[in-house]
Amino acid sequence: MGSIIAVGASWGGIHAVGVVLRGLPADLPVPVVIAQHRREDGGPSRMAETLGRRSAFAVVEASDKDVLEPGRAYLAPPGYHLLVERGSVSLSTDDYVRFSRPSIDVLFESVASAYGEDAVGVILTGASDDGAEGLASIHHVGGVTIVQEPSSAERRTMPDAALATGKDHRVLQLDEIAPFLVKVCA
Amino acid sequence: MADERRPVRRRDVEAVELDLLAEGIHEAYGFDFRQYSRPSFQRRVWRRVDAEGLHTITGLLERVLHDPDALQRLLTELSINVSAMFRDPGFFRVFREKVVPQLRTYPFLRVWNAGCATGEETLSVAILLKETGLYDRTRIYATDMNEATVNQARTRAYPIAKMREYTANYIAAGGTRSFSEYYVADGERVVFQPSLADNIVFAQHNLATDRSFNEFHVIMCRNVMIYFNRDLHERVHALLYDSLAHFGVLGLGARESIDFSGHSAAYETVDEDERLYRKIA
Repeated sequence: MGSIIAVGASWGGIHAVGVVLRGLPADLPVPVVIAQHRREDGGPSRMAETLGRRSAFAVVEASDKDVLEPGRAYLAPPGYHLLVERGSVSLSTDDYVRFSRPSIDVLFESVASAYGEDAVGVILTGASDDGAEGLASIHHVGGVTIVQEPSSAERRTMPDAALATGKDHRVLQLDEIAPFLVKVCA
Repeated sequence: MADERRPVRRRDVEAVELDLLAEGIHEAYGFDFRQYSRPSFQRRVWRRVDAEGLHTITGLLERVLHDPDALQRLLTELSINVSAMFRDPGFFRVFREKVVPQLRTYPFLRVWNAGCATGEETLSVAILLKETGLYDRTRIYATDMNEATVNQARTRAYPIAKMREYTANYIAAGGTRSFSEYYVADGERVVFQPSLADNIVFAQHNLATDRSFNEFHVIMCRNVMIYFNRDLHERVHALLYDSLAHFGVLGLGARESIDFSGHSAAYETVDEDERLYRKIA
C-alpha cells in the first residue's frame, strides 16, 4: 500500500499536476512530493499557490528537513533537488541532472530507496526524458508506477520515455490518476 | 541507475554498505560522514562508484582504504557544494540594505564563510564589502572541509562561460559597478582581482568535527547543512551560535529553516525571505 506519492512533470505540468492534486481528498493519509521543472531566476514564485488552488491538499514549497505530513504536498524549490528520507525532506544543490534541477530522477530514486514497495510514482506531461529512470527505480523496488497516457499529455515526450524503459507501468488518462491514487493509498 | 553490470540493489544491504563506508573512512582517515543526510550521501556515493568503474559501495570502500587518491576523489564528490556568484541575488541585496548599516558601526569586522567550496560566495561577499567601503576593515575567513577545494578557491579562477549568469546575478544583487572590472579573461577562464583576496583567509575546517576558532560579526553558512542529518545539523548550529558575537548576523540558504536548529529562540529575524538572522541572546 502506498505511503508516499511522488509526481514528476515538466512542460504542461502546472495544469496536469493541478488536476491530480484536486482529485485527492484532504484525508488521504499520505504526503505528496512534486518535482516540476521550473525556472531558477524568476524571483518569488507563486507556483505552490497555483497548484494548491481548489485542492484539498495544502501545497508548500519544500524547506530542508521539513517533516512529511499526510494531506500536504511538497514542491521542489527552484534551483534545488528535492530528495526524501523516510518521513522528511532533504534538499540538495548538487549539479543539474539531465539539465534539470529539480530533477525528477533524483526525487524518484530517493523515494524508491526510502520507501521501497510503499512508494507510488507518477510521470505526467513533459518535453524531456527526465523521470524515466527514476520511475523504473520505483518499479524495481516493487512500488506502484503510473504514466499519463501519452496521447492525452500536453507533451508526450516524458510519458513516452517512461514507457520506453519496458517496465509494465500503469497507463492512465489524466482524470483517472487521482482516483487510482486514492485506491492504492487509502 | 539501471546498469546491467551491477548486482541487484537491495535496500537493506545498501544501507549496511553505506554505514560501513562512512565508518571505514572515519576510522582510517578521520573524515566523518556518519551524520550526513542519507539521500544525498547515497546519491553522491553511487556517482563515485560509477565514475570509478566499480559495481558496489563495498568495492568503493576497499578502494578508498587502499588508495589515498581515490579517497581524495570521493572527498571532492562528497564535499563539493555547487554554487554560483551572487546565488540568490536577493540575499545580497537585502544584506546590503539591512546588514551593512549595522556593520558600519564596527571598527573591525570578522566574517566567516563556512563551507566556502570553490569560493564563489566568498568573492561575492568580498565584492559587496568593497562596494560598501567596509572591505578594508574586514577579515573574511573562508573554510571548507576539503583542502583541495580550498586550494581551488585560492586561485579565484572560474569558467568564462559562467560570467553571463554571474553578471546578471551581480546586477540583481544591487552591484554598483561593472562586474567585468573585477576579473580578467585568461583563455577559457577568468581570474578575479588579487586585491579581492587581500583580506581573505582560506583554511581547511571541518564543521562536522572541528571546533569554533574565533568570534564573528557575520557568519554565512548557506546550503551546507542541507547535507547533514538532524543531529549534525543541530551540532553545527550550536557551533555557529558559539562563534557569533552578540548581535552577529547569520545567513542561511534560501530553503533552510532556523526553526529546526534548536537555537531559533536566540535569534531575531532580519529578513525571513532571505534567511538572515541576528543573535540576540
